[in-house]
Amino acid sequence: MVAPSSPPLVSAIGVTKAYKRAIALRGVDLEVAAGEVVGLLGPNGAGKSTLTKLLCGLVKADGGTATIGGAPAGSIRARSQVGYLAELFRFPGWATAEEVLATHQRLTHRPTADPAAERRELLVEVGLAQAATTRVEAMSKGMQQRLGLAQAMVGGPGVLLLDEPTSALDPAGRHTVREVLARARDRGTAVLLNTHLLGEVELLADRVVLIDAGRVVAQGAVADLTAVQGVTIETDEGRTEHRDISRDKIPALVKQRIREGRSIYAVEPHRSTLEELYLDLVGDRESDR
Amino acid sequence: MSRVGEAAAVARPSALSDVLVIARLALQEAVRRRVLTVVGILTLLSGALYLVGCASLKHNSTTIIDSEVIKPIVPATLLGLASFATLFLGSVLSVFLTASAVRGDADRGLVQPLVVRPVGRNAYLGGRALAAAVVAGGYVLVVSLFATLVTRIVFDNLPPSAWQVIPRLIAGVLVVTAVTLVVSCMLSTVATGISVLMAYGAGLVAGLLGQIGQSLGAPTLAHIAAVVSWALPFEAMYRDALQQLSPAGPLGELVQLGPLGGADSGGVGLWLFTAAYIAGCGLLASWRFGRSDL
Repeated sequence: MVAPSSPPLVSAIGVTKAYKRAIALRGVDLEVAAGEVVGLLGPNGAGKSTLTKLLCGLVKADGGTATIGGAPAGSIRARSQVGYLAELFRFPGWATAEEVLATHQRLTHRPTADPAAERRELLVEVGLAQAATTRVEAMSKGMQQRLGLAQAMVGGPGVLLLDEPTSALDPAGRHTVREVLARARDRGTAVLLNTHLLGEVELLADRVVLIDAGRVVAQGAVADLTAVQGVTIETDEGRTEHRDISRDKIPALVKQRIREGRSIYAVEPHRSTLEELYLDLVGDRESDR
Repeated sequence: MSRVGEAAAVARPSALSDVLVIARLALQEAVRRRVLTVVGILTLLSGALYLVGCASLKHNSTTIIDSEVIKPIVPATLLGLASFATLFLGSVLSVFLTASAVRGDADRGLVQPLVVRPVGRNAYLGGRALAAAVVAGGYVLVVSLFATLVTRIVFDNLPPSAWQVIPRLIAGVLVVTAVTLVVSCMLSTVATGISVLMAYGAGLVAGLLGQIGQSLGAPTLAHIAAVVSWALPFEAMYRDALQQLSPAGPLGELVQLGPLGGADSGGVGLWLFTAAYIAGCGLLASWRFGRSDL
């Protein structure tokens, strides 16, 4: 496990959960520190949503320990620190964006000097400034998703648990969400980002946790997980591919080729992508189901 | 926007304020979805019909109604019918407002964003129950008051305990609300609505069977009816309400063969039992919702 630099705001240790006979989590360890974005990856049914729900108290763990800011996950103290965006959520269709946020402001128990100003600020942040008085039922799915994100950020929670926050968004919407989450990270928020979009994670996450069949199969910093593996060197003899060579051995290899009298035209390190890592570890599991 | 460090300034959660926020949300929905408008208009129409019915009965049957024997029976009979309709419509309103409260709304993803907040699940249940109780109880109160007043004004005569009917009908509709809330923790919206309304129908049928049993001298049937009416105490409350309308003496026996059939006094014990029943339903709903994965 990669130890974060500050004490974790979100912690899960050996967490297990089963729904009747279906085992969803088999001893998951996870930490998210303040000011850190952790991407939670895995195929459908891997246990990502269960883990997210467990951390915000919607699902009860069968075993292990889960805490938010030191308080047991699901407790009032833990929930008072959490902003949550569910994968499948709905707000009352008759309510306007302003009313949805106002309701959640009342329920967060965080006194705000100017609640109306906070609502305006949140709507601007997620790109819904013009939709404050629009009813939810008149909003597109993408607008509702943005409103969901604004709702999660009501009261400036210390922890954001986001389940597929960009699933219904177009590229511009995804860009907005990335910016919002980057700003949240800068404010010191711990963000757990559950998503299928590996590109989003590569762009935003400090660390990645990959879950499969209820177990953590890989975790670490994105840069470490996508480290250089192999290199292609182009010389006067042509292009030669050297697989399974680590980044620190590339200079020595280049020197050796020069010593052998070759002219070097290009050195192209192979950097694996998160997608390659994902496919290596998880494979095309969806098609097997 | 507040920074993370400021999150420590969390006010002490107040269960009552959470209950009120949730209740307000449910009431807002009833208003915005025009539930209250439709109920209001239809209630006005049915109230007008009741007024016209009472007035024409009085106008067209003066000779009969003014006879000393019949005089106490007519307003009691009309109020008995009005009580049946009021309890039935109030119960339907309560069931429709509460049937989706937990499982149904959770299936649609409406509950999760709310209960993730530092709102106790009990506060959520309390808010939904309060909203339904206010609307359905308020409906029963207004309609019963109207019917009693109209009857009093038109016939210049009321059974002595006619006003005692109103709290019993309200208690009956609160029982229906509590039962619906419990069932909504376990079943989907449609299944909840169907099961509670079927239970409601079973209670009323049991009351009628009990009356038949008494008339035919079949104590087993009457006993079964009594057990069912206490198992579903909205029925016991309804029977107790009818008892308040029944004239005393031989005339009362005569009336109970008609629309006030099933009248039966529950006494103070019924009130205590009903209060405990509603509290029990609340505890059961709390226990079931508290251990549900959402």
